[in-house]
Amino acid sequence: MATTTTAPAPSSTGGTHPATRSAQQVSADASGVVGSDQLSNAALRTFLHGLPGVDAVGLAGRAAQLGSRSIKTTAKAWGLDTVISMIDLTTLEGADTPGKVRSLVAKALTPQPGDASCPRPAAVCVYGDRVQIAKEALGGAPIAVAAVATGFPAGRAGTAARLADTQDAVDAGADEIDMVIDRGAFLAGDYRKVYDDIVAVREVCQSRAEPAHLKVILETGELATNDNVRRASWLAMLAGADFIKTSTGKVSPAATLPVTVLMLEAVRDFLAATGVQVGVKPAGGIRSAKDALKYLVAVNEVAGEAWLDPEFFRFGASSLLNDVLLQRLKLTSGVYSGTDYVTID
Amino acid sequence: MSKFEYAPAPESASVVDIDSSYGLFIDGEFVEGSGAAMKTVNPATEEVLADVAVADEADVDRAVAAARRAQEQVWGPMPGAERAKYLFRIARLLAERSREFAVLETLDNGKPIRESRDVDVPTAAAHFFYYAGWADKLSYAGYGSEPRPHGVAGQVIPWNFPLLMLAWKIAPALATGNTVVLKPAETTPLTALLFADLLRQAELPPGVVNIITGAGPTGSALVRHAGVDKVAFTGSTAVGKQIAKQIAGTRKHATLELGGKAANIVFDDAPVDQAIEGIVNGIYFNQGQVCCAGSRLLVQESIAEEVTERLKGRLSTLRVGDPMDKNTDVGAINSAAQLERITTLTQAGQAEGATRWTSDCPLPETGYWFAPTVFTDVSSAHRIAREEIFGPVLSVLTFRTPAEAIAKANTIPYGLSAGIWTEKGSRILAMADAMRAGVVWANTFNRFDPTSPFGGYKESGYGREGGRHGLAPYLVEGTVR
Repeated sequence: MATTTTAPAPSSTGGTHPATRSAQQVSADASGVVGSDQLSNAALRTFLHGLPGVDAVGLAGRAAQLGSRSIKTTAKAWGLDTVISMIDLTTLEGADTPGKVRSLVAKALTPQPGDASCPRPAAVCVYGDRVQIAKEALGGAPIAVAAVATGFPAGRAGTAARLADTQDAVDAGADEIDMVIDRGAFLAGDYRKVYDDIVAVREVCQSRAEPAHLKVILETGELATNDNVRRASWLAMLAGADFIKTSTGKVSPAATLPVTVLMLEAVRDFLAATGVQVGVKPAGGIRSAKDALKYLVAVNEVAGEAWLDPEFFRFGASSLLNDVLLQRLKLTSGVYSGTDYVTID
Repeated sequence: MSKFEYAPAPESASVVDIDSSYGLFIDGEFVEGSGAAMKTVNPATEEVLADVAVADEADVDRAVAAARRAQEQVWGPMPGAERAKYLFRIARLLAERSREFAVLETLDNGKPIRESRDVDVPTAAAHFFYYAGWADKLSYAGYGSEPRPHGVAGQVIPWNFPLLMLAWKIAPALATGNTVVLKPAETTPLTALLFADLLRQAELPPGVVNIITGAGPTGSALVRHAGVDKVAFTGSTAVGKQIAKQIAGTRKHATLELGGKAANIVFDDAPVDQAIEGIVNGIYFNQGQVCCAGSRLLVQESIAEEVTERLKGRLSTLRVGDPMDKNTDVGAINSAAQLERITTLTQAGQAEGATRWTSDCPLPETGYWFAPTVFTDVSSAHRIAREEIFGPVLSVLTFRTPAEAIAKANTIPYGLSAGIWTEKGSRILAMADAMRAGVVWANTFNRFDPTSPFGGYKESGYGREGGRHGLAPYLVEGTVR
């Protein structure tokens, strides 16, 4: 078990933002947690495999219980607006044209035409070569542009290519980089390779005057076991991730509530161990407002309200926004309107 | 004020009709009781819910006579496949009317609607479904070729799971061809009386199930009645011992499911986050008013501090209050008397030198409430480590080796249940073998399934309920004729 400085408990105060740390500080924090200056494969393995195991049935039970909370009236209104403000509105298709990206940005700028009280999503999320178009379309509006990089979604490219992909997106002005870890290396037990990879991508993100924030995609559907998810979460946080993210959305299963609960436990424990607050981003498969509210409940009760902030929790989703907008309309008008009353991005 | 305040999400009390007064259910009819009526209150508000009849010896006599007549003339001779149809019908009606039952259970008992809705009522229906399946297969259950019913079963149940305990008692009795006179607890009679209404809806023949209400004297009269062939009791060890004395020397068979003081044992290689949930579910489920509650946490010394600190962090997120709110985790204590007992024992814990921590959650002003409490620095000699508190109070003890854990877990007059938390499978098996407890949970706690036998060692009672084993107490072994 990690040496904890304070008891891990849901936190209302939070901690240091991971992006504010220098590379040396990240490395020192990692050495402190692992208890080894070398951070060799052996040391990383000893640490990661010493984390408490995860009982799958118990984890699923906890997630189901959190999912049974009844969020009504004022709580629902607050929740829906908060969900919208946490969405990374996403399009990640080979067929993404400039027009499609501009349309996505327009949707982000005006989610609900005629209702100025409707919050905007946190970011739009696109491929690296679409960053510039998105930035131009946003025209300086306070919505971030996130770019997937490092050979997304498989990540099966050489280090040079993965870094060049990241550099391109950073140069194009991406505010956030969503990288994928080398799942092959992770499953082969080469934890140091995964760690070095993340450190190198972080360096590229930090090379700009205004650093890009780094989200590290674990692709939990390929890691397969909960123990692996817990280990990969810690490995990514040790290497300096600003966010740990469940999935690319290209692999099934993508985000699930149990896996998100597990990752929320990891960021909670990492805060207790280091004082650093890492964010969580479930992505893929969250389509309904009802589901999204269950995730908010999990954030609130597992990690704590310090994470109820777009700076520390995001939803990676494309169709979720419209369902939340429909629920929001229902709260204000009292009747359900159809999909004709929301716009297609 | 937190960021994410859950707005009240109250379940509607209007889904169930509560009469202003209830009679006794004897021979398929509601009749007046001979004793002075008692009142049943909502422990969350202290408001009276209804007047309930009290059965005296003459009423008990009528109920037993009705059960005898029904057993000899209708239910006993009926083929098992026909009895099964009634049991399936009861199960289905319970599922269909689950919301009514859940709301009434919460109003009368004080438990959170989340639990009555998600645990009590569905598990009760599952019990009837399960035993319905046995009714026509008794010759293949391992109790001889033609096992026979005892006749009339006198059943007395507690207030902590009123409907679920009713199902545990009635379902196997009916499946095996016995008829029933059941007395629910004096503080929680309403779901049993609603169940009587459901039995009429199911057109169960009159007299097969009779429900008589009242307090201790009514239960005692039922247990002592000469016409009762089999006694089934769930409740305190003290009353269980009285019953065993009362029926000594008679022909009556008995099963007693009594108190407990379960050890929930957490090893240093446990899945810690899930263990925390298991500890919470073990002792704060149903306000800790559970005979098999994991009231003694035995945690390996190397992780004791970490586990107790994590536990306190988790407990501070529990929502205590209005049981009818769908977001409530911990509801009201069932009665003023029970609250008094919990208070007395926790005071004893402090006086004996254990360290008390109590969640600083706000509590409602009316009703019976007790905030989730943890005692650390507890030794095996303290009263709070030996006596059943039956409330949301956990005693934390530590151990160094598996042998010490076994010794501490077993050194107690009770032996109802135990929990083991470790990721090591061989340790689970070795520990389970060493536990002198009727139910041993591994990496979980307080899970109930109709297919699994439940019952105690030592002063936690004898006999098993649930599963194939649960048929045995209601059968006389048969031989080929």
